[in-house]
Order: sequence, then C-alpha cells, then structure tokens
Amino acid sequence: MRALIEELCGVFGPSGQEERIREAIINQLDGLVDEIRTDRLGNLIAVKRPTAGDEKGKRIMLAAHMDEIGIMVTHVDAQGFCRFTTIGGVVTSALIGSRVHFANGVEGAFGLEGSPLTRDRPTPQKLFLDVGADSKENARVQVGDSAVFRSSFGAVGDRLFAPNLDDRIGCAVLIQTLRELESSPHELLAVFTAQEEVGARGATTAGYGLEPEIILAIDVTATGDFPQATPMEVALGKGPAIKVMDRRMISHPKVRGWLESTAQEQDIPYQLEVLEFGSTDASAVQVSRAGVPAGTVSIPCRYVHTPSQVADYNDACGAVRLLVNALSGEYPQ
Amino acid sequence: MNELLEKLSTARGVAGHEGEVRAILREELAPFVEELSVDSIGNLIARKGGPDAAGQHRVMLAAHMDEVGGMVMRVNSDGTVKFRSVGGLDPRILPGKRVMIGPQSVPGVILRAPHAARSGRRVMPISDLLIDTGGAGGLEPGDMITFDSGYEQYEKLLKGKAFDDRVGCYILAELLKSEFPCELVGVFTVQEEIGLRGAGVAAYTVQPDVAVALEGTVADDLPKQNDVSPTTEMGKGPAISVMDRSAHADRRLVRILTETASDNDIPWQIKQPGVGGTDVGTIHLARAGVPAVAVAVPCRYIHTPAALMDPEDVKNTIQLMSKALSGPLGRPLGAGWSEA
Repeated sequence: MRALIEELCGVFGPSGQEERIREAIINQLDGLVDEIRTDRLGNLIAVKRPTAGDEKGKRIMLAAHMDEIGIMVTHVDAQGFCRFTTIGGVVTSALIGSRVHFANGVEGAFGLEGSPLTRDRPTPQKLFLDVGADSKENARVQVGDSAVFRSSFGAVGDRLFAPNLDDRIGCAVLIQTLRELESSPHELLAVFTAQEEVGARGATTAGYGLEPEIILAIDVTATGDFPQATPMEVALGKGPAIKVMDRRMISHPKVRGWLESTAQEQDIPYQLEVLEFGSTDASAVQVSRAGVPAGTVSIPCRYVHTPSQVADYNDACGAVRLLVNALSGEYPQ
Repeated sequence: MNELLEKLSTARGVAGHEGEVRAILREELAPFVEELSVDSIGNLIARKGGPDAAGQHRVMLAAHMDEVGGMVMRVNSDGTVKFRSVGGLDPRILPGKRVMIGPQSVPGVILRAPHAARSGRRVMPISDLLIDTGGAGGLEPGDMITFDSGYEQYEKLLKGKAFDDRVGCYILAELLKSEFPCELVGVFTVQEEIGLRGAGVAAYTVQPDVAVALEGTVADDLPKQNDVSPTTEMGKGPAISVMDRSAHADRRLVRILTETASDNDIPWQIKQPGVGGTDVGTIHLARAGVPAVAVAVPCRYIHTPAALMDPEDVKNTIQLMSKALSGPLGRPLGAGWSEA
C-alpha cells in the first residue's frame, strides 16, 4: 500500500477538477469491484455486491475524498504575475516558500509584496504567484486555472511526508481494503468523492443518490502530539482513530461501537477521536434524506491543510485491518 | 432598453415578498410557455418544450426575483422606523437614501440615529440607523423596505435598482419566448439574497439534467488603480463563473459557454473566482447532484439604489444563452469528463 499512497499523492486533483485522480483510482480498482461509475458531480462510485446468498448484510457507503486543497488564479497582471484565491481551507501562512503546479505542468512560486524580510504575517491579498512569465501574454495560465501544492513524496522510516495525504492516504486505505476483503455480507458502495474540501459537496449528492444504510468516511484527522499543539488525544503511530465527534457530526454510537469492538477483538490498536475543528464526508451523508447512521475511521495526520503533511504508515495499515475485519462480519444487531 | 426590464427593475420585492415581480412575469410569459406554476415556497416555474420525447434533456434556467432591502422591526413612538437588512446591504451607503415601506409604498428617508451620529464613528451599523417617514401611520413590523429609485437611460448605460437579479429575470423571460431543442424549465426563484433558499427547493422538484443561473454580478472596474483583479468589467460581455463561495461550476458547462461565445464572436469573461455566490450553490447539490454554472451581467454599484449596467452585456448574455441552448447546452452532456 505504501507504493499506492505515493502514487496517489503524485496525481493532480484540486476540488472541482478531479479528472486525473479519478482515472488513477479507476486503474487501481480493476478487478476489485462489480461496477464502476462516475456520477453527475464527478464522484467515483465502485460497487462491490455482497457474497452470494447472504441476506444479512447492510448497504454500506465508504467515502474517501479524491480532491485536495489548492489555489485558483483570479487575475494575471501585465508582468505575468498571478493573484489567486484559495480552494478549501488552505493555511495561508504556510504559502510563502511553497510551490504549486498547474494541470499543464506550469510551476508557481509564491511571492510577497514589499520586502521579503518583512516580519508581518502575510495576508493573502499581499501574496502573488510567480509562474515564470514576463507578460500576461506569455503566462501559460489564465483566470480560473487551479493549482495544487508541489512537494515530493518523502518517508523517514514509517513516517510519510506529502502535500496531500489529506485524503489520498484515505483513498489508498479504501482501495487496499477492497483488495484484502475476501468476502462480505454487505453491499459495499466505495465512493471516492469530489469537492470534500469545499464543503463535502460530492458526498452530499452521492449520499442522496446511493441511499446507504450506514456511512463510514475514511479521512485524516488532526493530532495533538507536537509542540504546544491544541490539546487532543490523537497521536501519530498509535493506530487508526475512531471518531466520536467533530464540528459537524456526532458518530452514531452503534457504528462507533461496531468499530471499537472489532478493533478490540482483533487486537488492533486504535484511538478515540474528538476533533474540535473540521469534519468529513460522513457529516453530509449523515443528514441525507431521512438520515444515515455515520462513523469515521481516521488516519492521524500532522499539519493538515499545509503543503507538508505527515502521517504514519502503520496507522494506515491499522485502518485497513480495522475496515477489513469490520466489513467481513455482520453489523451488530 | 426595454419596458419589461424597466418594470422588473422598479417592481418592489425583497426576499419573502416577491409577489409583485412574480405577477409581472406571469403576465408576460403566459402566452409563451406551456405551463406556469408557483411552488410551495413561491418560486415561479415556467415549462416549455417537453417532455414529448423519452429521455429528453431537461435544462433548468434560474433567475432570482428577490432584491436586497430591509424589514421594519419596530415603529417608534416618534414615528421613526427601526429596521434590519434582508440580504447584503452596505451600511456605508445607506444614510440619506430614500426608501419605500410596506405594501402601500410609504416613502421615507434613512437617517443616522442622533446618539450614534455623535459617537464619532464614521460608519454606523444598520442597528444605529432609522427611517424617517414624517410620521406615517399604518406601518407594521415585518413590512418590507426597498430603495426608492427610478430606472433611467444614461448615455450608454442603464441605471436602476435591483438589477441583481431583475436583469436575470429579464434575460430568462426573453429566452422563454424562443423555441429550443430541449425541455426548458425557467425558474424565477425566491429568497436568493438570504441563502439561495428558493433555488434548492425548485431544483429538487424540477430534477434538471443541467442548470444555469442567470445573474447580475459585481463589476468593480472603476477606478482602475492597480493591476489587480476586478470581479468583472462592464462592457466585456457575460461573466461566466468557474468557482465562487457557493459552488464549483461544472467544467463541461464552462467550456460549452466559452466555446459557444468564441464561435459566435460574443465577448465573454471569467468572473473573478472565489467571490460571491449564486443559486447554483443549492441547485448543484439537489438530490443526486446537478451539473451547473452561473452566467452574469456585470453591474456597477450592485446592492445600491443606483446600479449601472451596459445594455450590450445584456444583449450578449441573451445571445450567448440562445446559441448555447440551440447547440450543445440543449443536448445531453457527454459522459466523458475531461479537463476544460
């Protein structure tokens, strides 16, 4: 799965432009599922039907989002410098010194109006993007073009470094779960969602269209394990986190209990997650139609929404084990 | 420019009080469409051209009837009126403006409450503003407040209130007078300015295959100081949204519009991404999702009593939508997703 995470992190896919990452995931799903389709908002839906003769299963939606945060060009000036807006919750203080790349391969470096030695915290309005042009005419980008953060995938031991582990690591976990799952009584609706970072929009429409009986999101979560972090009982390397609550969702106690008892029975280390900011696709599906019991398997990740995110490979492996074991068995009565 | 546009601009209708605008459109469109209905929240839905063929392509066009304005909160014993905004009013432009209140269009003028005027603050929040009606009776909490502003022809421009979004209503009404090779559902929505509320309800009912919101949007092209982005520029054609705070446009629809414009020598511009929101925000999330995009006429001084727009932009927007509906927008979207 490590190679899979690296491969997915290398594919372009800002919110609203998920074509390439969708193609990359389709290639990985070959032979793993019974049906693959793309819906009207661009969600990739892969259906794996229950093992024949099994009537005790549920219709379970598993959501990992394909899209990543980025920037979009709002203006190109006479000298070829670009102004931009953010796509999703980009930490703008992390922009200086980072680089982006566009779908057509053009690179961009962030600059700041005035002295580069200023100690002021830059506001987004004072930042611009240098795309290697010297005039508006020869700038190879235009208003409305999106870019994503560019930094190489790295690893130190089991610690993984990439600009978009949120949520390519979740996509990899979902694909790997489908690979390792030998049989399941459930109808599995694996959805690689679009536009999560701008408000779980893809999950909103996919949840309506698919009418699942249970929704599980697979996404990253923040941690409280670095210097002077906001207090939070989630740390890298201590296993996947089972969400209790975030800003927009309280997990269904039965879904949470199902995941917890599975982890306990299988001796999979896990953590309980209470996230005080942010949410996942599960929150959108939870309130779809007449409501859907919801839970989330989270992969702890430091520095989310910056160009350098760090996660632990073992947590991703634990998430796969947890999902495979939970989905192999029946949902508790 | 046109009698209908003038009627729509001067009609009074903040969110929740769209009846006068709806009545104008009903009368105007009755001869041209097959069905006119009003749904439970007040959207006016006009249908034509279908569904006689199985699997026909259903296009929803949306324009909102409501305008920004205010609501009476209390009538004070001295005859002044305390009010709040309904939609995004800029308090900097309010003092001294003439307004009309309630169903009888009682005239009044916005004043700064004296205690607040003495506070030394340059800009008073709306909570410190009042309306002087000269002691008019018959006003009640809940009455709507609109700007009192006429429709005028300037040298090359049109001036009026509520171009956001009566220009969209005008364009949609004109489009509904023509025939297109698809099932066309024109929805004149309510309550856009307070959270895109009518459009989401309508899209749930209509279940379109694709949708386009027709809008009046911000043109902040004067004065030109720095080479930074204006939201849109007046006179440079319809502004197509790629991304705003409410939605990412469907890239296939963006490409259909930009290519149609270019092929027909219609000027067009991309609206500055990241700014504002339209009915697309709720339409694209209806049911299992609707590919959607917004097209807007640039208006200077939007959300004020005196917006300006270029009639050429209005004509070009109608032209672009007509050509697109006669062409690729009137046909099912290809299954293929590719980068536009």
